[in-house]
Amino acid sequence: MALIEVHELSRIYSLDSGSVIALDRVSLEIEAGDLVAVMGPSGSGKSTFMNLIGCLDRPTGGHYRLDGVAVETLSSDGLAELRNRKLGFVFQQFNLLPRVDACANVELPMVYAGRDRKIRREKALAALGRVGLAERAHHRPMQLSGGQQQRVAIARALVNEPRLLLADEPTGALDSRTALEILALFQDLNHEGVTVVIVTHDAEVARHARRVIRFRDGHILSDQRQEPADARAALTALDHAPPAAEVAA
Amino acid sequence: MSLWEAIRSALSAIGANALRSALTMLGIIIGVAAVIAMVAIGSGARERVTGQIKSLGANLAIIQSGNVTQGGVRLGAGASSTLTDEDARAVLAEVENVTAAAPVIVTRAQAVYAGTNWSTQITATDLDFFTAREWGVAEGRLFEPEELRRGEIVAVIGQTVAKNLFGEQDPLDQMFRIRNVPFKVIGVMAPKGQSALGQDQDDVIFVPLDTGRRRIIGRNYARDRSVQTIMVKFASEDAIAPGIADTTALLRQRHRLPEDQDDDFIVRNLTEIANTATAAATTLSWLLAAVAAVSLLVGGIGIMNIMLVSVTERTREIGLRLAVGARQRDVLAQFLIEATTLATIGGAVGIALGVGAALTIARIANWPSVISIETILIAVGVSGMIGVFFGFYPARQAARLDPIEALRRE
Ligand SMILES: Nc1ncnc2c1ncn2[C@@H]1O[C@H](COP(=O)(O)OP(=O)(O)OP(=O)(O)O)[C@@H](O)[C@H]1O
Ligand SMILES: [Mg+2]
Repeated sequence: MALIEVHELSRIYSLDSGSVIALDRVSLEIEAGDLVAVMGPSGSGKSTFMNLIGCLDRPTGGHYRLDGVAVETLSSDGLAELRNRKLGFVFQQFNLLPRVDACANVELPMVYAGRDRKIRREKALAALGRVGLAERAHHRPMQLSGGQQQRVAIARALVNEPRLLLADEPTGALDSRTALEILALFQDLNHEGVTVVIVTHDAEVARHARRVIRFRDGHILSDQRQEPADARAALTALDHAPPAAEVAA
Repeated sequence: MSLWEAIRSALSAIGANALRSALTMLGIIIGVAAVIAMVAIGSGARERVTGQIKSLGANLAIIQSGNVTQGGVRLGAGASSTLTDEDARAVLAEVENVTAAAPVIVTRAQAVYAGTNWSTQITATDLDFFTAREWGVAEGRLFEPEELRRGEIVAVIGQTVAKNLFGEQDPLDQMFRIRNVPFKVIGVMAPKGQSALGQDQDDVIFVPLDTGRRRIIGRNYARDRSVQTIMVKFASEDAIAPGIADTTALLRQRHRLPEDQDDDFIVRNLTEIANTATAAATTLSWLLAAVAAVSLLVGGIGIMNIMLVSVTERTREIGLRLAVGARQRDVLAQFLIEATTLATIGGAVGIALGVGAALTIARIANWPSVISIETILIAVGVSGMIGVFFGFYPARQAARLDPIEALRRE
């Protein structure tokens, strides 16, 4: 049984000016442990798809089973619980709470899971350590760089040990080196067994996935497996590369 | 999340916009302070009125002589002395449910003691007066019937007179003079305080009725039995109205007034006046409380307004919370707790201010300050409820947000 089973999934937005078919009867499966990139031009329905499999939105047609659970049967509280237990989100805009420190941000999903404070604190610090930000635990988002903020967001997505990590343009606001660090982190997590789905329109990012699904106009255009590029290796190479001037000479 | 944590996080949200929060609370602060101060002032005023009424004595009527028509001109009360001490005796004897009827003559005179002098009110009356007023001595004794009958030159003095005339000395058995007549102090009255008109009721000297007539006013006892007023006490409140009717009939008969002539006296029902005053004070306190309640309402609307602004500003935060697993009721609770915390802090500050204001006003106005624990508890409860009530709509707006739309909002 696949982790994600999507059958004829549709999402139609009804507007005053007519309706927009953002997703048109899409069927696919994603196995547990995969690392998938979802690509496509702007407006092709990537985010719509992501929101549906992230249980943030409800489809207008079709069926979706997450980890064997028929999502459309769940109440909004049921969806909230599912998001809390099985899903982790990483957004392009990080979406950290500005008033509290990194640790408290990471604790947030556990707050809604009803964990007590001591356990929350421990696990949050462990998750921050996992993304290499142990020393920044008590910094506020404002005091962190973009890449660091995104790593806090990843720690937050990880902290409830989700089955599925969903990232919509996670590197969209970052420079290429920082993006590579984030991708390395995703690959590490994937090696540990977390299923990762990354939405991107950057081919360089998609190179690091095992599977690339391309969308166009709400349909799947192509669905390919590939040998992923190793982000960690690329980072090491970058660190040891001779300065550009020497290469030219 | 425990309630305590929720409150702490609400406090941090409130603190993040300290000035705005403070301005919002101001409405509640003023409202609660106004309610507490106004209720305290209102009940203080009422308490004072009832206190004064008690100090006067219950179930009293006062008959004043006067209201004589002379050649078509109506003269006011007290314009002529038509009442006598015999009228008083007749009222006591013949009208049902009368427990005391005291003839009273009041004048002002200078009391002199060893170089000190003090201008005060002289009340010439008999023992019924003290029964009617439910007033006794603190030291010494009241008049003996024999002293009254013979018009002996003895006096019972009020506390203020005792203090001003005799200072630290014990006034009992001391001699002092009124209009050169030497009086002996036989008693000092218990303190009574201010009257309903703000008069010092302890600034008085009581003398036997005839003594007052002959020695102070200088009338001839044999010819003149007139008195200014008769104070009548009835057995119960219900007995007052029929008693006044009987008294009026009796006095008309005794004064031989023909059918077509007006009364030559006026009967005032003090209990009725007192009840009117109490009712007025009660109305006043309700009015004040209502005004204060309106300002509390305005404060509540202020909270609602700022919570709506806050929900709009924090839409993305709400979206994020929903995405990581907050249920609608978690978001609802968060904003409700925030609104309630805001209102409760405002309430607490308002209580402090209100109590302060009530105490200050009570001191200035010389009122009993009536700040009950109940008022304070109600104020806390009401401000908390305002938070819940006016916070509910914004909180529900927040809870009903669609997670995706909320996340997408700038
Ligand atoms: N809330 C909405 N109401 C109406 N139409 C919408 C809504 N959200 C998305 N759409 C429409 O659905 C289509 C797919 O949008 P979606 O956001 O999924 O695209 P995308 O592939 O994520 O694009 P991008 O790369 O620009 O993020 C678009 O045509 C968009 O205009
Ligand atoms: Mg998108």
